[in-house]
Amino acid sequence: MPLDAIAFYVLAVLAVAASLMVIGQRNPIHSVLLLIASFMALAGLYVLLDAPFVAVIQIIIYAGAIMVLFLFVVMLLNAPREQEAADIAHPPVAHGPRRLGALLAVVFAVELVWLLNGLLGGTSETGAEAAAPVSSVREIGRVLFTQYGFAFEVTSILIIVAMVGAVVLAKREI
Amino acid sequence: MNPVLIVQLALVLFVFVALLSSAAVMVYAERKIAAGLQQRLGPYLVGPRGVLQPFADVLKLMVKETLKPKGADTILFMLAPVIAATAAFAAFAVVPFGAETTLFGLLDRPVKLQVADVNVAILVVFAIASMNVYGIVLAGWSSNSKYSLLGALRSASQMISYELSYGLALASVLLVAGSLSLADIVHAQGGTWLRVLPRWFIFVQPLGFVIYMIAGIAETNRAPFDFPEAEQELVAGYHTEYSSMSFAMFFLAEYINMVTVSAVATDLFLGGWQGPFLPASLGWIWFLVKVAALLFFYIWMRWTLPRYRYDQLMQFGWKVLLPLAVLNLVLTAAGVISFAS
Repeated sequence: MPLDAIAFYVLAVLAVAASLMVIGQRNPIHSVLLLIASFMALAGLYVLLDAPFVAVIQIIIYAGAIMVLFLFVVMLLNAPREQEAADIAHPPVAHGPRRLGALLAVVFAVELVWLLNGLLGGTSETGAEAAAPVSSVREIGRVLFTQYGFAFEVTSILIIVAMVGAVVLAKREI
Repeated sequence: MNPVLIVQLALVLFVFVALLSSAAVMVYAERKIAAGLQQRLGPYLVGPRGVLQPFADVLKLMVKETLKPKGADTILFMLAPVIAATAAFAAFAVVPFGAETTLFGLLDRPVKLQVADVNVAILVVFAIASMNVYGIVLAGWSSNSKYSLLGALRSASQMISYELSYGLALASVLLVAGSLSLADIVHAQGGTWLRVLPRWFIFVQPLGFVIYMIAGIAETNRAPFDFPEAEQELVAGYHTEYSSMSFAMFFLAEYINMVTVSAVATDLFLGGWQGPFLPASLGWIWFLVKVAALLFFYIWMRWTLPRYRYDQLMQFGWKVLLPLAVLNLVLTAAGVISFAS
């Protein structure tokens, strides 16, 4: 087996197993750490796809910045261990939201199957030409500020709005 | 086995051993320089002039009992120092420390003196630096002790605050060099201006260098920014409850982080392995000299300046260093555009 394939399977198993264990943990801090492990494995997969820039950004933004914030919040709120599952007759979530959740899960599964079908059918562009803009930082920058300029600016406005909103909510007597 | 792979593995092993021994040298240097600054003798009993003192220290730590506080989270308590040490070692993987060499003709093909030549090397350094905080935060949280937790919280907020200035200082060097690869950045600093002044980025980016060093000292939690382990207030901060080899790993991580910050500063601002008098194949000697000078600066700072107050640290980070870093970045960008056109 080539080295790439071994690396792929190790990282893929790690990513899936860590993600599953995130929701299987009772201790929130362990969940946060497993999520970081899952992000790291994803970053490794990006490296295998010849997209080192995306991989590093994944680590800086998700594993570095956002998860530190998560960890901070969990630590400061001193979130307790989750209680053992309540008895079946009195589930912690009401029936309405549960049905909605089940419906969303089905929709997501259908979507996923549809997407995978499209990919396996070979309709999407793959290979070196498709990968080229992803591996070059220069190219990513160019595309981001020309082709996707509007989306880029809108995202930054969204982030500013969220920040201002958070400050207003946190300090009511400004 | 294929020879390229063997050379690569040998390089990995070499960097690992070199970092380990640099930590040993740093322990000795720190003790001796501290003693000199305080007009003491420093270690002198173990070996000639006390040079074997670091080994005595390690031996002492190895034979100590590993303690674990009651109510500590066992897995995380054992994992935290491993994360700290791993992050410290990993960052050096992308740092080039010499020009291509054939080891005096031993190899038929020249090798790069760099474990992995990634084209986004500088971002990798930044990413791994942001991983450092996990070791400390988890150590503080899992110890189930208030001093540890306070140390960890301080450390996390300090590292997040100074990471911004650190990143902006890196970004202004990127603008000047026009590349994210550390090897390219070093090559961009070859040659001289007016035949005397070397083309080092420290002369183009003096403010960037100062910001980088200040933020680097804060990132590695060294005095005058050593709040995570402020002895007078927090006993020993995040590693209060650690003993034996777990403690040794934090100790190791701190020194290796200092070496990495100095090595990256050398590559970014001081021209890396380039220097006069020596042929390119011996450039690593220049690299060592420059890194040693920066490390001496680190130790000198520690024994000269008293610790800041915590609110002063935050004020300085957000109200002085960050605006300066943004200003530096904007001016650099304007300069690069006007020179390019």
